[in-house]
Amino acid sequence: MTMQIADSVPLSAPDARARAHAAAARDNLRTEPRAVRIVIIALAMTFLSVFVVLPLVVVFAQAFSKGVLAYFAALADPEALSAIKLTLLVAAISVGLNLVFGLVAAWAIAKFEFSGKTFLITLIDLPFSVSPVISGLVFVLLFGAQGYFGSWLRDHDIQILFAVPGIALATTFVTFPFVARALIPLMQEQGTQEEEAAISLGASGLQTFFRVTLPNIKWGVLYGVLLCNARAMGEFGAVSVVSGHIRGETNTMPLLVEILYNEYQFVAAFAIASLLAMLALITLIAKTVLENHLDEGHDASEH
Amino acid sequence: MSIEVRNLVKKFGSFKALDGVDLKVNDGELLALLGPSGSGKTTLLRIIAGLDWPDSGEVSFNGEDALAQGARERHVGFVFQHYALFRHMTVFENVAFGLRVQPRAIRKDEATIRMRVKELLDLVQLDWLADRYPSQLSGGQRQRIALARALAIEPRILLLDEPFGALDAKVRKELRKWLRSLHHEINVTSIFVTHDQEEALEVANRVVVMDKGKIEQIGSPDDVYESPATAFVHGFIGESIELPVLIADGLITLGDRPLRLAADGLAPGASRLFVRRHDMLVGPPGSGAFEGAVQHVRNFGPVQRAEVALSGGQTIEIDAPRGRELRAGDTIGLEPRRYRIFAG
Repeated sequence: MTMQIADSVPLSAPDARARAHAAAARDNLRTEPRAVRIVIIALAMTFLSVFVVLPLVVVFAQAFSKGVLAYFAALADPEALSAIKLTLLVAAISVGLNLVFGLVAAWAIAKFEFSGKTFLITLIDLPFSVSPVISGLVFVLLFGAQGYFGSWLRDHDIQILFAVPGIALATTFVTFPFVARALIPLMQEQGTQEEEAAISLGASGLQTFFRVTLPNIKWGVLYGVLLCNARAMGEFGAVSVVSGHIRGETNTMPLLVEILYNEYQFVAAFAIASLLAMLALITLIAKTVLENHLDEGHDASEH
Repeated sequence: MSIEVRNLVKKFGSFKALDGVDLKVNDGELLALLGPSGSGKTTLLRIIAGLDWPDSGEVSFNGEDALAQGARERHVGFVFQHYALFRHMTVFENVAFGLRVQPRAIRKDEATIRMRVKELLDLVQLDWLADRYPSQLSGGQRQRIALARALAIEPRILLLDEPFGALDAKVRKELRKWLRSLHHEINVTSIFVTHDQEEALEVANRVVVMDKGKIEQIGSPDDVYESPATAFVHGFIGESIELPVLIADGLITLGDRPLRLAADGLAPGASRLFVRRHDMLVGPPGSGAFEGAVQHVRNFGPVQRAEVALSGGQTIEIDAPRGRELRAGDTIGLEPRRYRIFAG
């Protein structure tokens, strides 16, 4: 009697069997022994700590090594303030320009068919593939005293190199792809049907853009602007070539960090560096939030 | 509002999407554009809506030139195949969109807009979904919201591109009936595009059959089914048996076998014979125009579908009533109750 019951249990309990099958399948998919898993995870964590977290900690430790007062004194230095102001100004200009250029380029690529489109897409990526130093040199060749437009600019008393316009131009060039890159795949995926629907419902071009297109891409725009801004504030190479390093005038924050460091002013150098590090952290958090929103947008459009 | 299309041509590169299309749509009509994919039916619809422009030809609404106006001015309601609802707006705002973007001079006040949207949502029987977003709706619900949105601007013409194409069979059948009764209610000139013959025959007052950028036939659902004008229409609508025949000396021959069918008034030469599956009557061997051996039999409700190898070598499928059971191996005679022969 008891034997029979014991036998009949697994047969009459398909749930239990299904559970056993599922467990077996799980084990098959994850065959690495526990020890291997622990070693791999530990390696990854150690690598991250040494190469990413440690430098970040060092920046802040150095910045505060002479105390909080020394830290704020370093930031209040006129040279530091001028560098912060210049960096914000240049970032504002280049982000503003790239927002407009990026929207226009993405719109053209995603919503229209024209010959040379592939070439345009490749061209947009050019600033990413060229070394920033070369990008800077291009502007020196164009606008420098011996450059193509050099004499004309001198005759008309226009200063581009070693001044804000040159720095803004170089930064804009280097950060150009961010907004366009963030928008092109998004706008291509969304297609033109919603715009067509809006127009057939009587909306004007501007109404269509502000009521339909822009709301659909707003998270993508923010994402592009965020990355563009982070790069604009942190750009060193291209700006270094065109800035001329005039103290208190054409030094951006990354340039000032290098100068101060070379002059053994470690607290001051790391104080400025800590601001850039904080910018990076804020960017990272904002990026994560935005990516979540972008994913939601994709999900909603899948149905 | 009547629509008239004259000699419309539209090319995409070297592909002729529309190759000289003439069409007149009467006021209040519910017209179906029926054809396989690539036949140009959607292109024709988009040109009428102003979402595409022809290379040549004319489109007029009530006699006035429509091509002189952009999509925005035409007051045409367009329902897209994939709905194209504004994904960041609620159902309510989707429907209200057309009213909100009107020029300030004629824009209605908020209370009127709200009332109108509510009426429309009642009309499509989805007022309880007003606060949802499109991603939270089922396909059938989205389709009805897209229709309500298009109707909000009180369109002079309603155009629907494959309105039921993306829906499952059951919902599609329900929505067909619903669309027909809705059209009866609002009575606005409507054109819908479909590749589904059943849909076209069931819903429309008149059917336009298109193929390769040309109109093959225009007629009532009965016309296109009962008297197809071309071989394409016969083959496309309803299930047909198609046999290559030769007409010579007052005889119709299939392969080397003369058929006992009248060849009066037919032009000599290679032709195609069309018979509806259910118009092939089964008789004893030796009777009828054809003879063949039954290969397979499958039962579909009231009919049995038999695959028959004709003595000429061709294999055809016929639908016979269930009265007299057919079995594989039987030799039978077949007589077409009705048939059509098209040259070419």
